[in-house]
Amino acid sequence: MDIIFDNIGLYRDGFITTLQICLYAAVGSLLLGTVIATFRVSPLPPLRAAGTAWVTVFRNCPLTIVLFFCAFGLPELGIKGAYFWFGITGLVLYTSAFVCEAVRSGINAVAPGQAEAARAVGLTFTQSLRDVVLPQALRSVVPPLGSVIIAMVKNSAIVGAFGVGGDLFSVQARLTSAQGLSLIPVLLGVALGYLIITIPAGLALGVIERRVAVMR
Amino acid sequence: MRWKAVLRVGVAMAAFAVATTACGQQQGLGSSSSTPSVAQGVHFEPGTTMAKLAEAHTIRIGTKFDQPLFGQQILSGNLTGFDTEVARIIAGALGIPPDKVQWVESPSAQREELIKQGRVDLVVATYTINDKRRQQVSFAGPYYLAGQSLMVKSDNTAITGPDSLRGARAKVCSVQGSTPAENIRKYIDPAQLTLFDVYSKCADALRTGQVDVVTTDNVVLLGFVSNSNGAYKLVGDTFTKEPYGIGIRKGDVAFCTFINDTLTQAAKSGAYANAWKTTAGKVAEQTPQLPTFDSCS
Repeated sequence: MDIIFDNIGLYRDGFITTLQICLYAAVGSLLLGTVIATFRVSPLPPLRAAGTAWVTVFRNCPLTIVLFFCAFGLPELGIKGAYFWFGITGLVLYTSAFVCEAVRSGINAVAPGQAEAARAVGLTFTQSLRDVVLPQALRSVVPPLGSVIIAMVKNSAIVGAFGVGGDLFSVQARLTSAQGLSLIPVLLGVALGYLIITIPAGLALGVIERRVAVMR
Repeated sequence: MRWKAVLRVGVAMAAFAVATTACGQQQGLGSSSSTPSVAQGVHFEPGTTMAKLAEAHTIRIGTKFDQPLFGQQILSGNLTGFDTEVARIIAGALGIPPDKVQWVESPSAQREELIKQGRVDLVVATYTINDKRRQQVSFAGPYYLAGQSLMVKSDNTAITGPDSLRGARAKVCSVQGSTPAENIRKYIDPAQLTLFDVYSKCADALRTGQVDVVTTDNVVLLGFVSNSNGAYKLVGDTFTKEPYGIGIRKGDVAFCTFINDTLTQAAKSGAYANAWKTTAGKVAEQTPQLPTFDSCS
C-alpha cells in the first residue's frame, strides 16, 4: 500500500490521462458507431456496403494493429499530430464497429410495425429512423453498449504503448523499471485505478438502463 | 535433343545454385569469426550457479533484440552486438559454446522480472547499474561506461544540447521505464515527452517528424546514426554516466565474482577489445578500457 500512497501523484496523473482518453473515445465511438449502424440499415446499397466493410475491417483487426496504423501509418501519410489523438482515433475506429453491431441489433429488435407506421404517416426514412426507431433501439441496447464501453476502458491500456505515455498503465513502467519498485503492488495500484473507472461506469449503466427501459 | 541439352544445363545450374546457397547458409550459421574461446573441462565448486550452468551445458541469456551494435537480431536469426559478444565470452568461460546459448528478448521494462522469476540466468542488455535496481537484482561489472546523448535529424540546428530542448519546444522520444526517460524529465515539460516500448519506434517517429529528438545512451544512438545514411546526428556531449552491468539473481556473489574475473581475463587476452571492434567499434572510433568494477554484494 505504501508504494501506492508514496506515488499517489503519479497514479493521479495517469488516472486523469486515462479518464480523458476514455471519455473522448467513448463519445467518439458511440456517435460514430450509431452513424455506421444507420448506414447498415439504410435503403441505399453503397451506404450499406460501406457500413458492412467498416465493421468487417475494424471488428476483425486486432486493436494493436489498428493503433499501429494510427500511430505510425498516419505520419507516413503526412498527417502530423499528437500521439494522444492518434491513440483516441484508433480506439474510436475499433470500438465503433462493436457499437455499430450493438445498435443494429437494437434497431432490428424494434417491431417492424413501428417503422411501417412511421412511413404510413408520411415520415421520410431519416425521420422515421431518427424520431421513431433509433430512440427505441438505443433504449434496448444499453446493457450491450455498456459492455462495449467497459471493454474499451480496459483496451485503453494498450494506447500507452503507442507514444501516449503518462496513462494509467504506463505508470507501471515508470515505477517498476525506472525506479525499481516491485511489480505486484505497483500493478495492484494500476488495477485499482481502472476499477475506479469501470465499476462506477457499470453501476451508472444499471441506473440508466432502469430509467430508459421501455415497457413492451 | 536440343531441349534435353538445355534442360540438362538448367538442372545443373539449379543444383549448383542450391549447393552454393547451402554453403552460404552453413557459413552464416557457423556464426562470426570472433567466436570466443570455449573453456574445456572446467570445474566449479558444487552448488554454485557456475557449476549448475556448466553441468546443464546451456545458459539462458537476456538481451535486447532491437538494439543496433549491442544486441540485434539479424535476418538469419542470429544475434549480433557488443552485449551478445560479452555474453558469449561469459558462456565460453563456463564451457558453454555459442550454439548452446538460449537468447531471451529482454526489453528495458522487463529485465528485473526476468531475473527475479528465474527465466534468465543473466542479462546483458545495455543495462544501467543503479541503486533502485540493485534492490531487486545484483550486477556484475560494469563492462562499459556509456552516457546519455541526443539524436536529431542532420539538418536540425535548433537543438544543441539538453538545455536547448525547452526553448526549442522539441518533442523528445525515449523508452518507457528506462533511465534516460527519467533523466530527460529534468530538461523538458511532460507534454514534450513521447514514450514507446522500444527505441526502434522512436527512430521511426523521428524519421516521420513526429518527434524532434531521440534520447538514450550515446552508443545506442550511434547504432541508429550508423544505419541512417547520414540522416541523423548526435548533438552535444554526453550528460550522464551510465555504467552497463550484467544483471544476475540478487545476492549471487560467487557468480558475480566469476563474471568479473572472466571480464578481467577477456580484457587481458584481447577478447574484450575484439568483441568491441567487431560490433560497436565499427561506428565508434575508440575502443574502451574495461572500467573498474563495483564490489560484488
